[in-house]
Amino acid sequence: MRSVPVDPNLLRLPTPRGGVGISQFFGVLSLLIVMAGVILPGRAQAQENSDCLTCHEDRSQQGHRKGKVISVFVDAVKFAGSAHASLSCVSCHADLEGKELPHEEDLKPVDCGTCHATEQALHAKSLHGMAIARGDELAPHCSDCHGKHDILPVKNKNSPVYPLNIPFLCGKCHQEGTPVQKARVIHQDHILENFSESIHGEGLLKKGLIVAPNCASCHTAHSILPHTDPASSIARKNIAKTCTACHAMIEVVHRKVIKGALWEKEAHVLPACVDCHQPHKIRKVFYDQGMADKDCMRCHANEGLKASSDGRPLFVLADDVAHSRHAKIACSQCHAGVNASHVRPCETITQKVDCSSCHAEVGQQYQKSKHGQLQAANDANAPTCKECHGTHTVKGKTDPLSATFPTKVPLLCARCHREGNKAAVRYTGSQHQIIERYAESIHGQGLTKSGLTVTAMCTSCHTAHSILPTSDSLSSVNPRNLPSTCGRCHHGVEEQFEKSVHSVNMTKTDKPLPVCNDCHTAHTITRADAQGFKLKLMQQCGRCHEEIAKTYFDTYHGKVSQLGYTKTAKCYDCHGAHDILKVTDPQSHLSRENVVQTCQKCHEGATRRFAGYLTHATHHDPAKYPFLFWTFWGMTSLLIGTFIFGGIHTLLWLPRALQMRREHRLKALQPPPAEEETAPSNDETSATSDTPGDPDA
Amino acid sequence: MPDAEATPKQYLRFSRLNRVLHIIMIVSFMSLALTGMTLKFSYTAWAGILSRIFGGYESAGYIHRFAAVLMFGIFTAHITDVVRMKRREKRTWRSIIFGPDSMMFNKKDLHDFTGSIKWFFHQGPRPKFGRWTYWEKFDYFAVFWGIAVIGFTGLMLWFPEIFTLVIPGWFLNVATIIHSDEALLAVGFIFTVHFFNTHLRPEKFPMDIVVFTGRMDIEELKEDKPVEYETHQQNGTLGQHLVEPYQPIVIRAVKVFGWTALTLGFSIVVWIIYAMLFAYR
Repeated sequence: MRSVPVDPNLLRLPTPRGGVGISQFFGVLSLLIVMAGVILPGRAQAQENSDCLTCHEDRSQQGHRKGKVISVFVDAVKFAGSAHASLSCVSCHADLEGKELPHEEDLKPVDCGTCHATEQALHAKSLHGMAIARGDELAPHCSDCHGKHDILPVKNKNSPVYPLNIPFLCGKCHQEGTPVQKARVIHQDHILENFSESIHGEGLLKKGLIVAPNCASCHTAHSILPHTDPASSIARKNIAKTCTACHAMIEVVHRKVIKGALWEKEAHVLPACVDCHQPHKIRKVFYDQGMADKDCMRCHANEGLKASSDGRPLFVLADDVAHSRHAKIACSQCHAGVNASHVRPCETITQKVDCSSCHAEVGQQYQKSKHGQLQAANDANAPTCKECHGTHTVKGKTDPLSATFPTKVPLLCARCHREGNKAAVRYTGSQHQIIERYAESIHGQGLTKSGLTVTAMCTSCHTAHSILPTSDSLSSVNPRNLPSTCGRCHHGVEEQFEKSVHSVNMTKTDKPLPVCNDCHTAHTITRADAQGFKLKLMQQCGRCHEEIAKTYFDTYHGKVSQLGYTKTAKCYDCHGAHDILKVTDPQSHLSRENVVQTCQKCHEGATRRFAGYLTHATHHDPAKYPFLFWTFWGMTSLLIGTFIFGGIHTLLWLPRALQMRREHRLKALQPPPAEEETAPSNDETSATSDTPGDPDA
Repeated sequence: MPDAEATPKQYLRFSRLNRVLHIIMIVSFMSLALTGMTLKFSYTAWAGILSRIFGGYESAGYIHRFAAVLMFGIFTAHITDVVRMKRREKRTWRSIIFGPDSMMFNKKDLHDFTGSIKWFFHQGPRPKFGRWTYWEKFDYFAVFWGIAVIGFTGLMLWFPEIFTLVIPGWFLNVATIIHSDEALLAVGFIFTVHFFNTHLRPEKFPMDIVVFTGRMDIEELKEDKPVEYETHQQNGTLGQHLVEPYQPIVIRAVKVFGWTALTLGFSIVVWIIYAMLFAYR
């Protein structure tokens, strides 16, 4: 049996109260009785609430917790009226179960989770619960919202968590000037104030509609999480669900903005409710109170208006907006964050215009693109929406006046990508003069000369918002994706190509396989029937098919091509262009079934024997082409032999002929008339007559 | 003889037909060589330029074939001429082929050849040549051989569809090699050995225009073809072969033509040597 130390505080009576001595006496007496009760029958007796109240009913009762003096008074009346009236004290103060009374101080905190396990679990994971776990003193415990012994049912109008009371309950911490608002990061400001002005707040607080949403309607009661947490009820992708809990059919009236079916299916790509209806400021007629365009134009129609911070002009030409794609969009829909309660509603704007609040899908594409990556890295050169689309003048790409109208796109991109401009100077790849080359290309000519808006221009291949470098596997111009990119227009070609030996579908190899631009180039694309292209193409084939190209150039076809003429069989005339198949494939232009027909394209009378012509023959390969090899060397020997014979004969003759000429001249200078008759026979004749005995050598 | 000395008459070596044929042959041969070589050496820059001068490979091809037809024509005309000569002079083939003025090689040519070699080495006198020297006969038969070989393979390449009704396709590849290498031989030989033997050797330098005019000085005949001269002397037939020389303007025109042919011929040789040595593939 353990002795109970008598705390002097327990015995000390508060001085202000009357009848001090008597109370003290009874206090000590009751304590003794309780002690006796505990001591005498051991633990056999359960603690009744009345046992506890014996002490705790006393308003002056004080205790210690963590070194602080606290009141331990329990209002029996309030407790009797509370939701927990039927429970015994030890149900909550479980560590006193079976303990002697009076009990030790510094009780464990009450664990509401014993009964309210679900709520407690939610709370533990919530922003508040996590803060408690971190040891944040400002973090609210159950009792901070629900009270302690006076806890009331939610439906009780006096409960702090009664719908009408919740804004005030939350507002205890979440309003301007509170320690929480000052010392903790809360993204929203003037929450309570804004809420009270909002349609929700108005319904709840002014009209007393308990069905109007209060804080917990959106934030939930116990799972309060920051909007950045995907599990949060106010996380971007969950907002629609949260709002539609009340605004069940809201998508019906938002059909113009959003395709209803997408609300829940693709919540992530759609603007969240709060993009237009800012949290805590939700108005019945949202943009009409102090935030109508005319209100903005009161100042912004002034041509001299400049930003006080950096002096940039803030003049807005109303006509620009009126003729833009956004003619029906209010200023504050883009310039979000305005506050109607201010004289200058725009005062509260802190964020730049975020186009993705409406153009969510495009915004996501942009973020993944090279442009978006640069922008995320705070690169000064990174183009944002407005660099291409403009601001108040923004027009649709189908408007010929728009900078994004197909015929104007090359010039738009050229602003940065022309040689010497800011994008071109940091580019390290192989493509240069792209604007000029494109303009000369068949696509560029089609666009500018023929004015065909369906012609491929920059964004047709590179996409408008998902622009990525070729090296990126997600890029539309990455070799893997290029056939399908080009195939968007040249679909028939793509179909042929995908079945050809050059397609990754058909040939498994470590070597790089050619895609469209390897033959057609990226920006200098010419007509396939252009002379220059046809000739260049053979060199392209030869980059990979080196040997076979070389031997081709040994034949008549190759030699004519090499001279710069195209009216002869070139690689693709026989092998096909996009539909190149293995020769063993019966579908191939060169299969046994088709080869004669292929020759007949040019040689009308071609027969199977004719097709036996060796189009890639070389006389340098004795193993493969012995006939050619030996013919060549036979002819070459004949040639060399003849030249050696003729050459030696001539060379031997030359000195003698020169000598003859010299003597001839000498004779002409001193003409001896006597020798006239024997003029043709020169000195040699006499020389030979000296040695007559040499008929043959 | 005194007549010949008194008047500046010249010895007529070539008939009008033969002169005309040789001129046509020069035109034809040059055309064939130029157009053909562009294809054979298509990998050189000069081939590309030449091909363009000829109006592209197709046009060059037409020129080549037209020139080939001319060559066949020359061949036919010459054979016809020989046949007509036989009829006119009522001679037998034997006397034409094995007679003294025949183009056919004979014993004298062997002696002349060996004699020449000895002469080159100072081991004997210069042989006394007859109407046709052995190198002239060699040139003559080279053309015969060349026309046959190059002409026949050329026809194969001209009409491959017809020829492959009989021969296998790969033989066209063989024909290409024969055609092109034999042509190289012909071009190379004519523009070097023939040019030297006939035009550039010191006695004739820079060119011998006898093949254009048909006429040569009697002195030259005595020196160059002593046997022919002596034969005429013995038979007293020299006078029959003496004619008036051409006007200087004709000579000048002939020389311009000759120079053109020589220059072209040498250029082709230079281009070929360049292609073979510096650009060969």
